[in-house]
Parts: sequence; structure tokens; C-alpha cells
Amino acid sequence: MPDAPLVEPPVLERVLGAALARGGDLAEVFVEDRATSAALLDDQKIEELSSGRERGAGIRVVVGETTGFAHTADLSEQGLLAAAEAASAVAREGGGGVRRADLEERRPAPPLVEVLPGEVAKAAKLELLRRADEAARSAGNAISQVNAGYGDSRRRILVATSEGRLAEDDQVRTRFSVSCVASGDTGLQTGYDTVARTEGFELFERIDVEAVAANAARIALAKLSARPAPSGEVAVVLAGGSGGILFHEACGHGLEADHIVKDASVYVGRVGELVASPLVTLVDDGTVAGEWGAYRIDDEGRPAARNVLIEDGVLTDYMWDWLRARKEGRASSGNGRRQSYQHLPMVRMTNTYLLAGEEDPDELVAQTPSGVYVAKLGGGQVNTTTGDFVFGTTEAYLIENGRITEPLRDANLIGNGPEVLRRIDAVATDFDMTPGTCGKDGQAVPVGCGQATLRINGVTIGGTAA
Amino acid sequence: MSELLDLAEAVVAQAKPGEEIEVYVARGHDIDIRAYEGEVESLSSATSSGLGVRVLLAEDGGEGGRLGFAWAGSLDDDVVTATLAEARDNATYATVDPDVALARPDGVAPAELDLWDEDLAATPTDRKVALALDLEQRVRAADPRIRQVAEADYGDERVEAALASTSGIRAFTRRTAAYLSVSAIAGEGTDSQTGTGFSVGRGFAALDPARAADDSVTRAVRMLGATKAASGRCTVVFDPRVVSTLLAVLSMALSGEAVVKGRSFFAGRIGETVASPDVTLVDDPTDARSFTAAAFDGEGLACRRNVLVDGGVLRRFLYDTVSARRAGTVSTGSAVRGGFAGTPGAGCRALVLQPGQLDQARILGAVGEGLYVQSVTGVHTGVNAISGDLSVGAEGLMLRGGELTEPVREVTVASTLQRLLQSIVHIGSDLEWLPGVAAGQTLAVADMQLSGH
Repeated sequence: MPDAPLVEPPVLERVLGAALARGGDLAEVFVEDRATSAALLDDQKIEELSSGRERGAGIRVVVGETTGFAHTADLSEQGLLAAAEAASAVAREGGGGVRRADLEERRPAPPLVEVLPGEVAKAAKLELLRRADEAARSAGNAISQVNAGYGDSRRRILVATSEGRLAEDDQVRTRFSVSCVASGDTGLQTGYDTVARTEGFELFERIDVEAVAANAARIALAKLSARPAPSGEVAVVLAGGSGGILFHEACGHGLEADHIVKDASVYVGRVGELVASPLVTLVDDGTVAGEWGAYRIDDEGRPAARNVLIEDGVLTDYMWDWLRARKEGRASSGNGRRQSYQHLPMVRMTNTYLLAGEEDPDELVAQTPSGVYVAKLGGGQVNTTTGDFVFGTTEAYLIENGRITEPLRDANLIGNGPEVLRRIDAVATDFDMTPGTCGKDGQAVPVGCGQATLRINGVTIGGTAA
Repeated sequence: MSELLDLAEAVVAQAKPGEEIEVYVARGHDIDIRAYEGEVESLSSATSSGLGVRVLLAEDGGEGGRLGFAWAGSLDDDVVTATLAEARDNATYATVDPDVALARPDGVAPAELDLWDEDLAATPTDRKVALALDLEQRVRAADPRIRQVAEADYGDERVEAALASTSGIRAFTRRTAAYLSVSAIAGEGTDSQTGTGFSVGRGFAALDPARAADDSVTRAVRMLGATKAASGRCTVVFDPRVVSTLLAVLSMALSGEAVVKGRSFFAGRIGETVASPDVTLVDDPTDARSFTAAAFDGEGLACRRNVLVDGGVLRRFLYDTVSARRAGTVSTGSAVRGGFAGTPGAGCRALVLQPGQLDQARILGAVGEGLYVQSVTGVHTGVNAISGDLSVGAEGLMLRGGELTEPVREVTVASTLQRLLQSIVHIGSDLEWLPGVAAGQTLAVADMQLSGH
């Protein structure tokens, strides 16, 4: 039984008409209804159980190169018409007159989950947190603090445009995370692990919250005996999974078309060129079911797609939203996303991953005489114009004589995108994905990153050990 | 004004026996304009509002209780009713905690602060558009090496908030803010470098497009030709903006909540020397010059001046009501909350490092040899307020013979926050009131590890 639309199509048609009353090339209504719940266990207490609800519409009017935008929490026809008028203020010509928008047939999109988190008893969610707390604390006496978090969201969206597009999605996401503090003679150290999927509460039938907690505790405990990370250029082996952040920063952002059209990327004009090692085939794919950055339609109503960005080291394409694609006379690649109805869409990644290679991951380490093994990355940042980027370790070890040895304290690594991508000299078979939150221009969206264990033949690590 | 407070009080009045309620209601108007190539690229305007409700179920005859929270991005009657019901339900699942409590008025009078610019709302959108276009044009015209202006933005906001509770809190605040922000790209041959500039104020008239433009152009142009430097130990001179960013991370370790939960390297060190004797750190939201000044904290208590580090000696942590009770002390009026969708926690709001005697040029001269850092990256993963480990990407200029010389990029600087505080050799007189929880000035730190090739 399909849900009723967030706003009835005849209302949407009238609002789109009003948005174009003063002229313009495109009008769009984006409607969102988001319900969230979150629970936090800290210091052995359920400190906070919270619920949130946000509902509203963002209306966009595009006139030539100019976009007008207004949003409202009032989904009545009157509220939407007022927002349409505000958004249309950028159309000054007064031409156009009232245009009709004929929307296509509705295609309801019920959520693709087995168990809606909103229908799960709150007590069941809290039980997960207690189990995690116990597992983390039993990992070692040095575990001095544990924070466990649960969160879910259901985001129903509807996009209607003056081109007649009418598309809907119902996105359910569930996450679970544990962070631990370990105390020892050397001070405090931290460990963190998380699982986050675009699926419902059935997630917890497959994942073991005790294992997530134990892993976070293990990382914190290991770092108590960590030595300072080295300083300078070293060979780096990135373990499969979170190492995908490398590609998100080293080239992902630089391949977003909004940076390209403004000449603010080191990858401008380089389609067809070798920009990475031939071992690199990089894909951005919003269609990978269940991954944190997955969806059926983007926030401009275009279907998610699998887009090959780099093939065997050669740059094949950028990522596009509607606005930037129009500028180039091509189609959107389904990468138009926004944090909420209060934001304009822009080009964003979905799930960005490197295709697996052929090496055995253990062999790859064994063939590295000395260097650093990064088991887990915490995040990164890039300047797309220069291509310089950093990525930070949260679990790393020395490699000595082809063996993983001592744990290292956290440090950032720094490199230049195309240069680091050229230095990838081995990719293994053990592919894995990791969830993350990507921030750009003040907007945060869920994304996935992935790769198999790989080696960079020389990158600068910023530790304190000379 | 009274409308938001009336709404908050109307919800509070629905408290049942054995129940305490706190309601935070906020409403904001904002406008954002981006200029590109002499045209308006985007113009967004909106009004948004919402509320956050905390319900505390008291324990029979005991202290503390159970807290539940719910929020909604709407002030419609049915939504407000549903939010209260949801907060009540959530409270029933929380762990009974003897330290949980709502703030109670503590007799401290709120500072008289005028944070509202009456003219902002009346300034026509056309003038704001013109300012964004002017900002972009200034950058493009400033230097032939400017290739692009990736972002040239004008933004402003008017925010009103009210807080009421069954424990006697009643607070209303309103503030305006306006900003200009610009990102320039300078180029020579195949080399491109970036620089950002901004200007912030309470109102339209306070904005300085010339300064924002100059700053972005200077910072981009002087980075042209930058290369990687050699690794080694050196004195690092940080730009005021970088210092503001680093102080914001440090401030997390000064939160009483982090301390009482064992998440701060400062825990148990009150009375000890934790920094160079020149370091005096004060959190003072009552200073109207601070961009983040506020009369009330996130629980409706008066904000106040708190001296955290005095002459290098750790003196105080910042507490909200609950963390203070856990630590056996009282709130320092330091509850912060991230809008209506967030709950209060203890934290800094307006941190200031007491300025020293020398301006930037004199500090550069006094240091002589080292690295001047104009911006850092990777702060959210590279600076850990729990362990103190610090490693960030950096770009800037080599300092030789007291002069800024060749530009440097793709390096990191590293230390620990603990060692950094002890190794401060100069604190600038050039205090800048920046957006964010901390002001900044030039700061020279000895013996940091520079990593390059």
C-alpha cells in the first residue's frame, strides 16, 4: 500500500507554475520529511534518548546562470506558494508568464527495508548500547571510558520539476558506533569503530555489536604502548576499507563538476589522461544496495548510477549534478545531493571505491621492507585546486622487515592527489567498504568509501619521531 | 520577543507532578548570496524555526532522575504537542542518574549586551547582492595573477531564542550576524594556489570587503611557487586564524564534562603548570567584542568570565549543570547547545588567549628562523583533545633572518597539545575577533616537528 505523496501532484504543478511566473528556465520543488531517533550511552548510563522531526520544502528557480532558492517548513499550498515567490525573485525580466507544469505519473517508492527502525521498541535499541558497553569494558582494565551511540533516520523525499519530473524515495539509514578511552602511564588514547548502512533494524541480525565494541577497545589499548609516528616520506600500506578515504580526498572531490567548471580542481581538462597508476580503477556508485551512500534517486530526482571515474589509471569522467551538467550540455550522473530541504543541491560523491587487485594482502606487507601499515583512517581534507590533501590515521603500525610491528600514535599523512595516485604500486584482493560523513560547503551527507589493501610507494607522514 | 518566550512557557506549564520540563525555542532568518563572474550565482533566503524539549522525570524522594529529549523543525501546535509527548516517552528509558538536573537560577545577573543590529533586516537585498558582486570584482581586479574566484559570498542571519523551564529559568536572546567570505585562486603557469579572506560583523555596515579581498589575494599570491620543505625540528609561527582553530580544539579538553568523564588530558591537573608562564586563557562571553558573545548560556544561566589558565597554571574547567554536579561543583554558566536539535553540554564560547607585547612582524623578527603557517588542514582527525596528539597539514612561508621567504606546501607540523602549550615563546598583540569559539593572534611555538621530504 503506497504512502500518500508528501504533497499532492496538482498542488506541485500549481507551485511550479507560480515559481516560473516571472520567467526562468527551471523550477524545482524538493520536499522532505525526516524522522530521526538517537540514543547515547556514556559513562555507563543511558544519557540521552532523543527523537527529531523535520519536514519542509526547498524551491529552486534557475534563470540563466542564476539560481534563486527559498525553503519553508509550511507544506500547505499557501506556504509553498510563498516560498515559490521568494525563490523567483531572481527572475527580474518579468517575462515568461504563468507556465503549466505537467508532472509525470507518480511512482511511489516504499522503503527497501525489512524492519523499519521507527517500529522497533526503544528498549531494543538501548539493549544494543548496554551490550556494547559491557563488551568494551571487558576488553581490558585499562579501558576507562566508553561511549556507544545508536541512530536511525527515515528520510522521505519528493522531487518535482517544471520539466515534468516527479520522483520519490524513502531512505532508511541505521548506524551504530563505539568510542573508547584507554588510560595508562603514557596518558589517554582513543579507539573508535562504527557500522552504518542504508538499511533497517535488520542490520543487527548480521552485525555483532560486541565485535564493534571490542574492536574500538582493542585500538585504544594498542595505542597505549604506541610510539610517535615517523616524520617524512615512507612506504605506506593501507588496509582494506577505511583506506578508501584516500580516494575520496586524493581525487573524489577534485572530480566533482562544480569544482571543474570553476577551474578549481587539479583535474580540470585531464579527461583521457593518465592521472593514476594503471592499477587504479575508481568508481562512484550510488546503486550499491545497503551502502551508507546509497539511494534510488538523488536529491534532484535523477536515478543513482554507477559511474567509472578512472579506468586503469586514465581519467574517464567527472561527477555531475543537473546544474553543472546543463552547462556542458550533458546529463546528470545522479550525483546531485543536499543535506536537507534547507540546502541547495550540489555535486557529491555516493559510494566511491577502488576495484580490487590481484595481490595477496599478507604478501603485500611481506614485500614491504619498511614503512607504515595503516589499519584505520579517521578522515581527511583536500584543497581541490592544488590537489594537496591530508588523511589521518586512527590505527597504524610500523612495518619492519616485511612484518607489522609496533603501534604508532595518530598522525596525518599529506600528499598531492595525482602524485600519490601514481605511486600506488600494489593492490590486493581483500575489498571492503567503510561509512563516513562527507562535509562540503557547510553540508554533510552520508558516503561510503572502499578499497582493498594497497601500497603507496612513498608518502609523507607527519609524526613527531625524527 | 515575548511570542517565543510565551510559547516556551506554555509548554512548560503542561508539566505534570513529578516532572520537570525545559523548552528551547528558536527562530532564524537568513540570506546567502554567492557571486560568480559578475552575476548572482545563487540567492537563498529562508525563515526557519523549531524547538527542543527536555523532560526530567524525578525520582521519588531522591535527587536526579531520568532525562528525555525531542526536537522538531516547526512550531506548529500539533508538532509542539507531539514533541513534548516524545520527550516524555524518551525519558522513561533513560538510566536514573542522581546528577541529572535542570539549571536553577543562581543569582548571577546577565551581562547587558547589544548583539542586535536593527538595520540588518531593513537593508534591501539589492545592496547585499551588490556587496557580494563588489567583493568578487575586487578580488578579480586586485592582481593579474588571480585566475578565479571560486566563492564570493555574502550571508547574514537574525536569530531569536527563548528558554523556559519549571526550575525557574526564563531567558530570551537575539543576535544578528553578517559575513563576507571569499576564496581566490592565483595562478602562474601550471601552478595554482588558493587563499581565503573574510569579514564578519553584527550588521551590514560592519563588513569590510576591501579587507576580505586583500586577505584572500595576498594569501593566494604569496603561495605561488610553493614546494615541499625538508623535514626537521623548528619554531613554528602560526597565523591568528590557525591559532583560533587550535584553541577551539584545546577548549574541548577544558570542558568539565570531558574532564569528569576522563576524556581530557587536563583531568586532575588543577593547580599545576600546564603552559608557558605567558599563557593566560580566559573564556569570556560577556565581552561584547567577541563575535560569539552571549548573555545567557545554553541552559539560561548568565554567561560569565572564567579564567581557565592563569600565568601557565591550570585554574578552572567549564561546567554546565549536570557536569558540575558530577564534579561536586556548580555551573560556570558554560552550557552550549547546537540549536534546537541539540542538548546542552559544557564548553567554551569565547576563548581568548591574553595578548602579548609584540605584533606579528616583531615576532617574526624575534624568531628569526622557522616556518610561518598561514593555514592548516586535517584538524578534525589530526588534533585529539583526549590524548593531546597533534599532527596537521600546513602551508605557509619559510622564515629566514626574520623575513618571510619562499612558500611551502604539502608538509605537516606535529607535536602534542601538552608540549605545544609549554613551548609557546611569543603571543602576539594582534588579537583578532574571529567567528568560532576562540579569538586568535600570532603565536610562536618552539620545537615542533616539520615533516616534508
